[in-house]
This record gives sequence, structure tokens and C-alpha cells, in this order.
Amino acid sequence: MDYYKMSAAEAAGALQNKEVTSQELTASVLRRIGEVEEEIQGFITLLDENETLLEAEKIDKARASGESLSLLAGVPMALKDNLCTRGIPTTCASKILRKYRPPYDAHVVEKLKETGTVLVGKANLDEFAMGSSTENSAYYTTRNPWDTTRVPGGSSGGSAALVAAGEVFFALGSDTGGSVRQPASLCGVVGLKPTYGLVSRYGLIAFASSLDQIGPLTRDIRDCALVMDVIAGHDPRDSTSVPREKENYTDYLGRDVKGLKVALPRDYFEEGINAEVKKVVMEAVRKCSGLGMEIEEVSMPYTSCALPAYYLVATAEASSNLARYDGVQYGYRAAEAKNLLSLYKKTRNEGFGPEVKRRIMLGTYSLSSGYYDAYYLQSLKARTLIREDFQKVFENYDFIVTPTSPTVAFKAGEKTDDPLTMYLSDICTITANLAGVPAISIPCGFVDGMPVGLQVLGRPFDEGRIFQFCYALESLLGVRNQLPEVNVKRGG
Amino acid sequence: MSVSRKEVEYVASLARLDLLPEEKESITQQFNVILDYIQRLKELNLSGVEPTTHVQQLKNVFREDRSEEKGRELLPEVLEEAPDSARGLFKVPPVIEEES
Amino acid sequence: MSHEYEIIIGLEVHAELQTKSKIFCSCPNSFGQKPNTNVCPVCLGLPGSLPVFNESALDLALKAALALNCEISTFSRFDRKNYFYPDLPKAYQISQYDFPVARNGYLDVVKEGETIRRIRIDRLHLEEDAGKLQHDPSGSSSYVDFNRCGVPLMEIVSAPDLRSPEEARLYLESLKRILLYTGTSDCKMEEGSLRCDANISLRPVGSKEFGAKVEIKNMNSFKAVQKGLEYEVYRQEKLLREGERVYQETRRWFEEQGITLEMRGKEEEKDYRYFPEPDLPPLNITAERVRKIRELLPELPVQRASRYIEEYQLTPYQAEVITSSQGLADFFEETLKGYRDAQKVSNWLLGDVLKLVNEQGGEIGVLSFQPVHLAELLSLLDEGVISGRTAKEVLEETFQTGKAPREVVQAKGLVQISDEKSLLNVIDKVLAENKGAVEDYTSGNKKALAFLVGSTMKHTKGQANPQLVQQLLRQRLDG
Repeated sequence: MDYYKMSAAEAAGALQNKEVTSQELTASVLRRIGEVEEEIQGFITLLDENETLLEAEKIDKARASGESLSLLAGVPMALKDNLCTRGIPTTCASKILRKYRPPYDAHVVEKLKETGTVLVGKANLDEFAMGSSTENSAYYTTRNPWDTTRVPGGSSGGSAALVAAGEVFFALGSDTGGSVRQPASLCGVVGLKPTYGLVSRYGLIAFASSLDQIGPLTRDIRDCALVMDVIAGHDPRDSTSVPREKENYTDYLGRDVKGLKVALPRDYFEEGINAEVKKVVMEAVRKCSGLGMEIEEVSMPYTSCALPAYYLVATAEASSNLARYDGVQYGYRAAEAKNLLSLYKKTRNEGFGPEVKRRIMLGTYSLSSGYYDAYYLQSLKARTLIREDFQKVFENYDFIVTPTSPTVAFKAGEKTDDPLTMYLSDICTITANLAGVPAISIPCGFVDGMPVGLQVLGRPFDEGRIFQFCYALESLLGVRNQLPEVNVKRGG
Repeated sequence: MSVSRKEVEYVASLARLDLLPEEKESITQQFNVILDYIQRLKELNLSGVEPTTHVQQLKNVFREDRSEEKGRELLPEVLEEAPDSARGLFKVPPVIEEES
Repeated sequence: MSHEYEIIIGLEVHAELQTKSKIFCSCPNSFGQKPNTNVCPVCLGLPGSLPVFNESALDLALKAALALNCEISTFSRFDRKNYFYPDLPKAYQISQYDFPVARNGYLDVVKEGETIRRIRIDRLHLEEDAGKLQHDPSGSSSYVDFNRCGVPLMEIVSAPDLRSPEEARLYLESLKRILLYTGTSDCKMEEGSLRCDANISLRPVGSKEFGAKVEIKNMNSFKAVQKGLEYEVYRQEKLLREGERVYQETRRWFEEQGITLEMRGKEEEKDYRYFPEPDLPPLNITAERVRKIRELLPELPVQRASRYIEEYQLTPYQAEVITSSQGLADFFEETLKGYRDAQKVSNWLLGDVLKLVNEQGGEIGVLSFQPVHLAELLSLLDEGVISGRTAKEVLEETFQTGKAPREVVQAKGLVQISDEKSLLNVIDKVLAENKGAVEDYTSGNKKALAFLVGSTMKHTKGQANPQLVQQLLRQRLDG
């Protein structure tokens, strides 16, 4: 049976009812991987199949012996390849970390191991999570399961494509400016960027530390809530992880949404938003009133300065975070460097791809003496205005709804020559990172057979009610767990 | 406002990137496009606005002063990743050479 | 030194803080381990690792700052200082730039008990230490040991207030004393837990403008700081006299050759691209925290010394030497609890006691010789139980064995004979044996008395009280 088509919650339920074993679930996704992976190219590292099955067997044995297991125990999943896994290559899709095996597990990896989920492999991404299409991976571009001539989005494009193609039940990604939500939108799955500080970043290889958050990519809202139940929570190893009582997110599912207020910021429906996409999103929004929700247009005037502010903050932090890749302690080292300076320069120039170098350069420039005040400091101030925009809206509204991406998935190669146009595909998602608020993308319809995502933003730490709203909307729209027919051209 | 190739070279040396001539050219061009877009920020009146360095309200996040040894256990895995090492030390090309 | 030029010196001191663990991870803050064994993902700067700030590092830095009369910042934060060097695993150092934990302090420089200058302290900030490089003697490779990475440091930056190399050394000595007193750093220059860089410039006397500032590194002792600066004064003065220019640069002190040389490469760029460390939330240092730390602050050397001068009438020199080490000053005060004459305690402490301490190579207070012992010894002297000479013998014995002086005196039979009756018996015997001397004395040769005293002392094996012997002899002979 094609178990891989089930959602993670359904699979978990079947495991609990002993209708299926973890080995069968794992075998099912491994078969699916055998069928479609050559076409999708979502994995950078696929773990040895026998070992993956052995992991599944362990869980089955534990279950058979009557051990009490977590809900997701035995469910196969994937991790974005910027999450540290002890002894398993963690490359960030970069040549500079080719074959790098960290000596420790990320916090979220520990949590998933404790839960007993089964790791199938490490997912492709744009190099160091910098990009919106996975075309910046040093290894290969992942293809969108809905149309393999198109990109899956990025940077967590591998994670999104694997979930959409049925190669895993869920995956983790990371989101710095939309890197979970935009590929979720382009691949027709659910993707959440949690409130900054809700999920520990310990072991997430940093791109921009003040913006990065780890989030789940799943087939529906329930799965998303289930994964958050596992990975959210305070971790003393991350100083920005917020100590607060642990919530049970699945508790919010099915609660009434009547009377909750939705803000529609007109600023997100203007610049560069594809008319068809806008139409699909607006139709979905209109349906919310059928749920008894109030919907009103609002203005968030500083939205237009979000993209410049984002690129300055993100690149400045990245230039510093990526300085450690210098060929001394781990990773790639250029051959034949006669002295230290040439070792640094050659290693870094050969090890990083063009987009990463471009961003390191921009960040270094904006921090360098003479430009700090003009660029970096200005961007921090603009960040304050953007945060205040959100605070004002959330005084009167529970949620903000926008499109996730201005367009549906674009063709591979379409935007690679023009960095600025590529940056514009993040226009709707970056504000949530700048303001630190939670934001989710859920499928809301199709344009030309390609999925369209709707973004819901909420108050800090209001993930529970975001799930409450999106769960209702998801049933109303009937868009959960839709898997495309992957058109297998090669192999298979 | 535009960035010169010389500035790009200076920034590349700060970032320890040995850019090829064509990379310098394309980055100079792209820099100018991006910086032009970033000029939008200049249109805002930001005087008196406090910069946001940390998006949360967290303050005083401390660790208790307790020690725990991990190094001995970790060392083999760490050294195995080293491009070059000897006697438990990371080996690099001579540092002195650069200074003199 | 120069009369034509005024010397302007500022010092940057790095002191390791005496915490149990490192500043941003739980690796032990210890010295001398096998290379790369005292490390973890955080201090190795491995991808994905994050820093968490050690609260003790803050409290120790605040303690030092208060002892240096600094204003404590209410708001403080960490910044990243970006530069590439193999001993810096993240290629940035977590440090503090525009919001250090403390500013605007001062330190009184003391010479032979007199405060000679008040030196302003610009700032005190926290940062992490880097690793260590070793160089292949053949020059073909260098090697990195990351053990020291993440050891907590405070950087203490003085204003350019020092006016001579000697003052610079005295400032360092005063600073070290304060850090030792407050228990914030062990200040071992030989282990690198205290390091000093100096900025020096010269300007014509009367000029308001500063000359080109030269930074000097690699001075590994207080003497080296003074010598390095003296050399630099000589070098810069010579250049200026000859009408040449002094260049702003970094120079390295070479101890053996006694010269400084320009360090090329280091100067290349100082564009550190500081920006706020996003991985560490800022600090809000409350008045309550400052109050608690202030309560823990011990009396500082300068305060203590002036109290000694006032309360115990010590000379400034005595007061300075005693307060130069906290252990010695504590010993002094503890002794006074059992014996009141501060002058005598001071004399013995600075004389015979310190001599023995130095011979034994230990630390006062830690050795088996305790304040009660000194108090007891001095009391025995006052009571006339032992003579001054015997006291020194007893002192040495107590130092060796840790036995109380009274015990030593008794066990060894060193009690001075002060019993008149038994002394008179001896004296009568001596007089009978030395008729000649008695005749000399009665015929007016008073020197004969000294001979008779000596003979009596010999008979008692030195245990007689000499004053009493003399008195009793006079009674017999004159009476």
C-alpha cells in the first residue's frame, strides 16, 4: 500500500493502532524515493536504506514491547542540510562544507531523536540558505514536484519538495526571510516560521542570527502543530530561546474562530504581486467571513523599506557568521597555499558560490568603517518602524493575511542572472523575520496548475491561534495533503 | 552614490575573498543596482528612531558558572574533520611569514 | 629623562577573570592542559554553536570596576569584532564596543607609600580570549591550540595620563594589587593571565596636541613594560630631535635585544566592523546587583594603608609594604588581635618573618606559621620569658614545624631564668670563681662587670635574663 500518501498524523495514528509498522512506512517512502528522487533531487544525503530500516525496526520493537512512545515515533522525515547531525554530513549545500560531519546534534535533532522519528536524509537548500529557488546549491537544483521544469522555491526547497513529493512525511527547514514559507507556498505544503526565540537555534548553521528560525514543512496544519509540539520550547544553550511554558499546539485545532479579526494590509497586495495569485488569495480570504471572522483592510506603511532593511541586516550578520569558514579547523581547504593569507583567500573564493560571495561582500561593505551609519544603522532603525507597524495592527487584529509569494513557482534559470528580481520573491515574507513574529504559509488554491500559498501572521508566541485559524481555513478550502503526480521523465 | 571597483577590492580583501577579475566586475555592477534599491531607506526620516538590535525584550540571559569537561571525548571527532593536523594541533601555513 | 618632550602613555591591560568555567561555554577555565582537549563546539566556534554568558564573569568584572572607582553602565551589550587569525575560530571575537560594562574610573598610583598620581580609567569591558599559536622552528608551519579560546577577559583601558615609563610600571603594580585583592584575576604574567599593551607618544613640553601614537606589544613583565617604554622614549626623542617623523604604528618589544621593532602585517587593517552580537541579548545591570557586589568588596590597598598610618602610626613605607599583599595585611591585622604593639608587629613581620617566608618560597598566611604564633612570640619576649636571640630561634622552629612558640620554648628548655634565687646561686658561684675580676671592678674598672655578666650567662647556657643578671651583680658588688 502507498502509505507515503498519508499525513504524518494519519501515519502516526496507524502506527498506534498497529495497522502498520514503522518499517512498512519507511519502506513505503524509500520506494517512493526510488521512484521520484532522481527527478526531484531533494536530498543531498540519503542515509543508507538498511540503516534507516534498522532505526524503524528499533521503534517497532519498542512499540511491540509495550513501551510508551511519542506520537511521531516511527515516522520517517528529513532535515534541511544546515541542521547539525552528529557524524552525518551537514553541508549547507556548500563546497566549503562538503563531507563535513559535525561532532554534535542540533537541539531540534535531539528532540526528534528523543521522539523516535526516523531520519531518512538531509535535504537540499540554497547554499547557506541564501536564495529562493535552491539554484544556489553547490550540488544541484531541486525540482518542483508539481512541474519539474520549475523551482521548488528556497532556501528550504529540498525540504518542501520532499514533503510534497511523498518522499518523507514531514521535514524541517529554516526561515531567515521566507525560506520555509516561500518553498511551502511554491510546493503546495504547509510551512511555519515560528516566533523568534520559540525554537532553539542551537545547531542550526547560522545565516543571519537575528532572523533565523527553524520551522516545519508538513502536509497539513495538524502535522505542523504535531511537529511544533516536539521542537518548540526553551533551550538554555540558545540565549535567544525564550523561557516560557510549553504549549500543546494540537489542542488549538478545531476551536471556533468566530469573531477573530483579520487584517488585510493593502501594502502587500501592490508591488509586484501577480494578479492571478492575488485573486486566488482574495477568494480564500473572502471565505473567512463565512467562518464568522471579521476582515478589514489596513495599512502598514513601512512595508516598502523592509526589503532594503532585510538585505542589509541579513548580509551584515552573514558576513560575520560565514567568516569562520577559512580552511583551518574543518571543511574545504584550498591546495597549495604558501602562506596564511593566500590560504584564507583561496579557500574562501573556491569554497563559496557566487550568491554567498555577493552577500558576504554586501554585508562586509555595509559594516565597514565609513558606511556603518549610512547603511547598517539605518537598517536597524527601519527595523524598528517595521516592528511598530506590526504592533499597531496587532492592537486591533488577531491575524494579518497576505500572499506568501508574489508569484507561483517560476521556471528554473528564469531569475538566476538578476539577483534583485530574485530578492523580490521574498517581499511578502521578510517582514515577519524583521519583526520576529510567527508566520505560516498554507495552500489556498492553484494558478496554472501550480499551488498558491496564503500567509497568516500572528502576534509573538500566538502560534496556537494561528493553527486554530488555519485549521478551520484548511478544512473550508479543502486543500490539505494534496500530492502531485510527479511526472517521471528519467529513470523510475 | 556608486561603488568603485577599488572599493570592491578593498571589501574583498576585508572579507578574505580572492575574487577573479570578472567577479569583481559583476559584483561592482550588482552592488550598484542593489545599493540603488537600498537608497529607499534614505527616504525615510529615521532621526530619533531607536535601532532594533534584538527583536525580543530578553535581557540578562546568564549561565551558571559551572564547568564540565567535554574536550577529551570530542577531540577525535574534531580532529578528523581538520584539513591538516599534527600532535593534536591544527596545522596551518606559517603565520610569521605574513607578518614580516 | 627628557625635559624638551612630554611623554604621554596609555595602557591597555587584559586580565583573565578567575571563573570556574569559560565566558560563553562550560569548559573549565584552566591552564596547562593537553592541546585542544579543553574545548567544546562553542569555544571551537563550530558551525551552529551559540554562546551563553557566564554570570560570574559579569560579577567579577563589576567587582574590579568598582574597585577601580568606575561608573557601572546600566545598559551594556556584546559586539562582534571581526578579523581573521588562526587562533580566532569564529573569525570574530565577542567583545564590547560602545556599551562596556563600566567607564570613567581611576586608579591612584602609589610610590613608597605616597600617592603620586591619579590615573583615569576610560573603560573596562568583557571579551573572550583567543587560542594560542605555535610556530615550527623551521618556519614551514604554524599550529593552533584552542584551549584558551573563550577564557573570560576584562580589558582595562587607561586614559593617556601616564607621564613616564616608571609611572606606567607603578600603575601596573597598583592595578595588579587591586585585582589580586578583589580576587578577580590571578594576574600571572608568566601564564599570560595578565597582559599589557602600551600606547606612547611624545610632544614638545607645553604643546596641546598629541604626537603620533605608537602601540607596543609583547612586553611580558612589569619590568619589560618599563624598559620597552624607556627604549621607545629614547627612539622617538631621537627622531624628533633630528627633525624626523614618528609614524603611527605597532611595534614589538624584543626583550633580549632590548629594542622595539615595527610589526608589519598587523597594521594592515583595523577595520573591525563591530556590530551588536545578535546571539546574546543585552545586559541590564541593576542597582541591586551593583549594591550586592559593592558589599563583597574588600578594603582596598590604598584605603588600608592610610588606615594603618592613622590607626597604628606606621610609616607610609611600612604601610605600603604590608598592604602590597592582601595576605600580608590580613596577617598583620590578625596578629594585632593577640598582640597590641603594631610597631613591633610591623618590625618583626617586615624583618625576620618576611625573610623566612621568602626563604621558604611560600605565601604568608598559607604556611604553617600563623598570626597567633607571632602574637605569642612577641608576648613571650615582653614577659621576659625569652630573649631576643632565643625568639629568632623559636621563630625558625615554629616556621619549620608549625608548633606554637610556647611549646617550642618549653620543649627545648629555652625559658629565660628570671628567678632571682636561682640566679643568685649562680652569681655567687661566678664571683667565687673570678676573684680577679671582682677586684678589678671594685678598684674602678667597670668593664669587669660585662665579663661577669658574660660568665653568668655562660653558666646558664644563655637562658638567664641579662638585664636581671646585671642588676643582681651590681647589688652584690656595690652593696
